[in-house]
Amino acid sequence: MSGQSPAVVSASKLGLTFQTNDGPVQALSNVDLTIGKGEFVSFIGPSGCGKTTLLRVIADLEKPTAGAISVNGMTPEQARESRAYGYVFQAAALFPWRTIERNVALPLEIIGLSKAEQADRIKRTMELVNLSGFEKKYPWQLSGGMQQRASIARALAFDADLLLMDEPFGALDEIVRDHLNEQLLSLWDRTNKTICFVTHSIPEAVYLSTRIVVMSPRPGRVTDIIESTLSRKRPLDIRETPEFLAIAARVRDGLRAGHSYED
Amino acid sequence: MIWLKPSWQAVLAILLCLVAFALGAMSKPEAAALAEPAATIAYPYMDTKGLILALLLIAALVSTVRLAPLVEGVVLFVGAHIAAWLLIKGIGGFEGTALAPYFLALAAAWLLAWRCVGLLSSLRPAANGAKTALRLVIPAIFGAWILIIWEAVTRGAGIPFILLPPPSAIGARIANSLPILGSDVRQTIFKAVLIGYIVGSFAGFIVAILADRVPFLRRGLLPIGNMVSALPIIGVAPIMVMWFGFDWPSKAAVVIIMTFFPMLVNTVAGLAASGHMERDLMRTYASGYWPTLLKLRLPAAMPFIFNALKINSTLALIGAIVAEFFGTPVVGMGFRISTEVGRMNIDMVWAEIAVAALAGSVFYGVVALVERAVTFWHPSVRGG
Ligand SMILES: Nc1ncnc2c1ncn2[C@@H]1O[C@H](COP(=O)(O)OP(=O)(O)OP(=O)(O)O)[C@@H](O)[C@H]1O
Ligand SMILES: [Mg+2]
Repeated sequence: MSGQSPAVVSASKLGLTFQTNDGPVQALSNVDLTIGKGEFVSFIGPSGCGKTTLLRVIADLEKPTAGAISVNGMTPEQARESRAYGYVFQAAALFPWRTIERNVALPLEIIGLSKAEQADRIKRTMELVNLSGFEKKYPWQLSGGMQQRASIARALAFDADLLLMDEPFGALDEIVRDHLNEQLLSLWDRTNKTICFVTHSIPEAVYLSTRIVVMSPRPGRVTDIIESTLSRKRPLDIRETPEFLAIAARVRDGLRAGHSYED
Repeated sequence: MIWLKPSWQAVLAILLCLVAFALGAMSKPEAAALAEPAATIAYPYMDTKGLILALLLIAALVSTVRLAPLVEGVVLFVGAHIAAWLLIKGIGGFEGTALAPYFLALAAAWLLAWRCVGLLSSLRPAANGAKTALRLVIPAIFGAWILIIWEAVTRGAGIPFILLPPPSAIGARIANSLPILGSDVRQTIFKAVLIGYIVGSFAGFIVAILADRVPFLRRGLLPIGNMVSALPIIGVAPIMVMWFGFDWPSKAAVVIIMTFFPMLVNTVAGLAASGHMERDLMRTYASGYWPTLLKLRLPAAMPFIFNALKINSTLALIGAIVAEFFGTPVVGMGFRISTEVGRMNIDMVWAEIAVAALAGSVFYGVVALVERAVTFWHPSVRGG
């Protein structure tokens, strides 16, 4: 489907080398990737393979040192300035002096929404991540998983068409994770958002994605891109079907190949 | 022995009482009276000596019995404090004549009070009111004993008034000089200190923001600010007097110079204190400089800013008082201290010191309370 729809993210020969005190670290090299509108793309790969770095380049939090990238047909900087995406960080990054509710309201205050609109979006997204009743709590009064859910609510309340999520469910237990996976899928299906999703879990990647990008480290690069044949509507028990397991096996093979290359 | 539970303080206090009793005379007049039984010499503790030693002994002995801690504490409290009060009261009129038993009895009373505080601080009352009361009583006993020992030693040993007046004399001086002290406080604290503190801290804050906003100012201003902070107050104060006259504005100017830099440095450090991820988050919202400053960087800087406000609260007081040594109208705490020293009115100097200490503590306490309210979220305040 990436063929027909306009590209939301398009990278070619993308590379990024960090200059560190111990010499240059090549975090990304030769990444070619096109993500179409409405796609759900997962990035999977071992720790340190540059998943976060790639997401940060798309978000204009890091400047590439080689190649070209465009977001919504603009430079990443212009896309950021036009508030093209919402970003969920690997850690919750909530402000401890604000209640959960005010944390979710933070981006809404910055883009200047009316109080009524703010309240409406807060209520909706807090329900979505099952945090109703915790609006007046401070982040440090909540468990790590609840904090992460609040940070997801904050990104969802921002309501951009592109959602960049860096291991958003890493800190959650299996049941909550399943629930949020379902919620995220149905949100994606309803709103036709484009989602870039970093994960370490093969089942999660296969369950959620229309495409799975397998990466490997040193230098960080894309080793395989797997198109999912699953339909858009996916009940949780699809994970037991042979079709699902076949895709999961391909992803696992891709990850193994990346690892053996390293040895 | 199940019903006995002696503390080392009580045992030592009993020993001290017995030694005091064995040594005999508590003061020189008493020794003289003992030497000449025929003469009628008035001496301290004519009728209270036995009572004092008995009180201490009984309290110490009772405390060795296994009792409820609260009961034991009350017994010790009553015994130690009545004995101390009798000791201090009795020496009146005979200052400087105390002999060893006087000090031994004082030490015994102090040991019992120590044991009493130890017992009280081991109490874990359930009720909130009792907790608060305990939190107040323990430091109060502590403070009271500083005064008791000060009073008893200066009187008993007859320490010259010029060196160290007893606290009762300082207290009396404060009570008799309230109008003078009041006008000094008004002049020094409400004018020089408060105005200088507010202007200096505010200026440091604003300059820190400017330096943060405009990079070339950061490179230019911070070194100059650093230099200003290194200016010796002794040199600056007379110059400020020449520039701004004898009245409070010159003292406020000294305070401004002293408080400016701590606020500047702390605010600059505080503005850099917010985390990378939080700043990246604001970037993803395309948040401009000012929204980021107001919603992220200033709240994160608050612990630093309050640190500066607390440092400045003491600096301002010192600055204003010292600056008054270099010329003032005939009012002000620093002026009073410098002139009364010259007149050997040491009790007045101590009275001003006491007032300054009280004002400084209140000032600091108020700032610390506001800090707790503002930075309630900080791990050091929320306790986690
Ligand atoms: N700011 C930086 N400066 C220097 N090196 C960096 C920086 N950020 C990342 N790197 C390096 O780039 C490489 C890729 O890091 P990245 O954070 O993108 O990995 P990741 O795939 O997200 O790993 P994980 O799954 O553990 O989150 C790593 O080797 C890392 O050490
Ligand atoms: Mg990462």
